[in-house]
Amino acid sequence: MSIRVIPRLDIKGPNLVKGIHLEGLRVLGKPEDFARHYYEAGADEMIYQDVVASLYGRNSLHQIVARAAESTFIPLTVGGGLRSVDDIRNVLRAGADKVSLNTAAVNDPDLISRAARTFGSSAIVISIEAIRQTDGRYLAFTDNGREQTGTEVVSWAKRVEELGAGEICLTSVDREGTGRGYDTDLIAQVAHAVSIPVIAHGGAGSAEHVAEAVLAGASAVAFASIVHYEFVRAHHRSEGHEEEGNTTFLRGDRQFSRVTPVSLQQIKDHLASRGIECRPASAA
Amino acid sequence: MNPSAKPKVAIVDYELANMFSVARACAHAGLDPVVTSEPRGLEDATAVILPGVGAFGEAMANLHRLGLVSPIQNVIASGKPFLGICLGMQLLFSESEEFGTTEGLGIIPGRVIRFPRTNDQGAATRVPQIGWNRLSRPRSASWEGTLLATTPNEEYMYFLHSYYAIPDDSSVTLCTTEYEGTGYCSGVARRNVAGLQFHPEKSARRGLAIYEAFARQITEAEDTRS
Repeated sequence: MSIRVIPRLDIKGPNLVKGIHLEGLRVLGKPEDFARHYYEAGADEMIYQDVVASLYGRNSLHQIVARAAESTFIPLTVGGGLRSVDDIRNVLRAGADKVSLNTAAVNDPDLISRAARTFGSSAIVISIEAIRQTDGRYLAFTDNGREQTGTEVVSWAKRVEELGAGEICLTSVDREGTGRGYDTDLIAQVAHAVSIPVIAHGGAGSAEHVAEAVLAGASAVAFASIVHYEFVRAHHRSEGHEEEGNTTFLRGDRQFSRVTPVSLQQIKDHLASRGIECRPASAA
Repeated sequence: MNPSAKPKVAIVDYELANMFSVARACAHAGLDPVVTSEPRGLEDATAVILPGVGAFGEAMANLHRLGLVSPIQNVIASGKPFLGICLGMQLLFSESEEFGTTEGLGIIPGRVIRFPRTNDQGAATRVPQIGWNRLSRPRSASWEGTLLATTPNEEYMYFLHSYYAIPDDSSVTLCTTEYEGTGYCSGVARRNVAGLQFHPEKSARRGLAIYEAFARQITEAEDTRS
């Protein structure tokens, strides 16, 4: 079975943004430009996450999703602010193949069962935002790591599997946006506790980090900064003009010094060199 | 028929499937997709696609409730190009063991079973299969003139399923795939009917090429009829 390599696009309003620890968002550009590039470069899936929707209780992704679905023919997972079976139906109708739920699933776990019965487990991804506590335990959070649920990550992961989730997208809030590498302990704990696939997210700073997440047990790996950075660089070189977004922080900010920009092709080549099967980028 | 008109393809809407991505892939391949849950919609079309995501039993229940079982069987008997995708392929078979035994459309003799819960080393398997996996050409089969006419052997396609089909007659097997130690039939073809366990509409350029091959088959079938 091949490992899936998944760019994650954080969306705020009409823009692609990127933050650190899921906060401090900055605008990078238009999501469709990035999506098109990743599709052609061999992305196996894409995740669109509306990073402010659950704060404001709304969802503004429909148009962006519809545009992505028209020009990219790979699976698209959409999350952020989805609260009901009707919300899920609408985003699937707009062109998503799967939805990811976090806050709404925590508030109403039965929503997972209702959604799985209605749309099939395979369309329901549960997003878990994990923060490591000083005693070493991992607790699940919602609202981009702001709200504590009081639930341990591993027991919540088992519970969502029982309720009918098809996949878990596991974010380390501690590592997210830092480039310090995935939290491999966290990945191993969850991947061993459930039999549904686990998508590791949060912390990729190099292609080797991606390999580490796979070796820890992830079935798929999601990342943002490392490929966004590479795309912005390549785009600047080829187009010779300034991006619309604020990208100076990607190029100069010290907090990003840990992020080594890599292309999807480089990530996949590296995985292959470590003996990890993935669909070759050249097949795209 | 007006030669410049795009062939009309009915995409069967039985309230479970992701018809929209199938419709977009059809349009991309130069077809005119019409999403329909009316028997009449099937009769009016040049070709029919049965997509599918979800559970076998619920799918068959919906097809019965919408009065679509006989129209689908009739349209297949009429010789129109017919393509079942994912659950839509499984529904072509005699029966499935998903949630008890459920009778299928009975077009292709065989049954649908779940991936084993453990592999041959006794380790737990990860089910559903979600991701890209390879299509292998059986030694005895040729892909010439099939939906896989331009697909390289061992090409990756996107899969998402927990159950797979076992045809009684292995000669209908178009391609095979291996997952967690289980080798299985991932595509079938018999006369005007084809079934694909993977999602060509989610398999990037190589998947779109399958829709283009389907479009060519439709055009050739029309030429033969006229």
